[in-house]
Amino acid sequence: MSLDPRINRLDLHRTKEGEQTSSHLITWEVFHQEKRGKQPVHAGIVHASSPEMAMLFAKEQYARRGKTTNLWVVKTSDVYTFSYEDEDIFETTPEKTFRDPGFYKVRDRIEAYQAKNKIQ
Amino acid sequence: MNNEAIKDLLYKMADDALIIGHRNSEWTGIGPMLEEDLAFSSMAQDKVGHASALYKILHEILGEKDPDVLAFQRGEKDFKCCQLVELPIGEYDFSLVRHFLFDHAELIRYEMLASSTFEPLAQLARKVKGEIKYHVMHADTFLKQLSQGTEESKARMQSSLNYAMPFALGIFEKSEYEDVLIEEGIFAGEEKLQEKWLEKITSIVTSSGLTMPEVADSKIVYGGRKGYHSKFLEPLLDEMTEVTQIDPSAEW
Repeated sequence: MSLDPRINRLDLHRTKEGEQTSSHLITWEVFHQEKRGKQPVHAGIVHASSPEMAMLFAKEQYARRGKTTNLWVVKTSDVYTFSYEDEDIFETTPEKTFRDPGFYKVRDRIEAYQAKNKIQ
Repeated sequence: MNNEAIKDLLYKMADDALIIGHRNSEWTGIGPMLEEDLAFSSMAQDKVGHASALYKILHEILGEKDPDVLAFQRGEKDFKCCQLVELPIGEYDFSLVRHFLFDHAELIRYEMLASSTFEPLAQLARKVKGEIKYHVMHADTFLKQLSQGTEESKARMQSSLNYAMPFALGIFEKSEYEDVLIEEGIFAGEEKLQEKWLEKITSIVTSSGLTMPEVADSKIVYGGRKGYHSKFLEPLLDEMTEVTQIDPSAEW
């Protein structure tokens, strides 16, 4: 059942009352790479039946504007994730400020070098 | 350089692009799925863009009328498009097969034109090569997918191919300027284009599991390049020019 009333009026998606004949194609995650060497950034999803078709659609949906150098597509079911119920494993991370680069002792030496050579 | 020969070449390319662009845009909003609707519409827009670029060369370099006038205010007989592009969109299998047959010819034509002695055309050919490469990638992917899908999808693709082939061969109808274009290094000619095209599509059609239809020379649909069109062009032009008919100076 489409959310669009115009599509529903066409009655394309069912033969008999209540019987759905079409199923949605699987989804693919699309990653957009702006420049060579830059990390691909997640852009969204497309529906497609093969990786080749997913790339065709990714190009039109996520590389329409601005610069693109490449796109990656990955079958959504091939992406493994934590459960949101386990979000607590990340809970104390923001407190661990000692992991910020500023805490490395070498920082002083970098700053001294930058000051001496007038590098911002 | 022979300007009449160049004009003839540019008009037929531009008219092909404009008419197929208009036809394919008829799928906008009713495509088989959201993603494909977007992709097909976007390629249709590209085609209209190619037509616009070609009319611009005709206007700015060869002294023809303004691109809008060329697109919207010429009579049916003045159009030089092949009849393949005029045919109604039919069902999606036909539109895909036409897109496959037409875009392969476009890709090779522009590849050949990249080394044209008529520099504005060579420049345009280099500029649009990426767009058309994508169009062909799209066409090949769908042709393969549907030819190897279900019995029904395969049968539909085959019957659309059989139907479209005599029209597709009409793309390569020669003009009276053929020899001049070749001699002056403007374009290597329809015969050479057709040869390369046949080789290319035969290999894709066959590897997709379809059969290349045999078309007798007498069945090839010529005429478009000389202004003889199918009954489908006139209504298309009427619709396309509806706004300019009411107000030729309308802007939107």
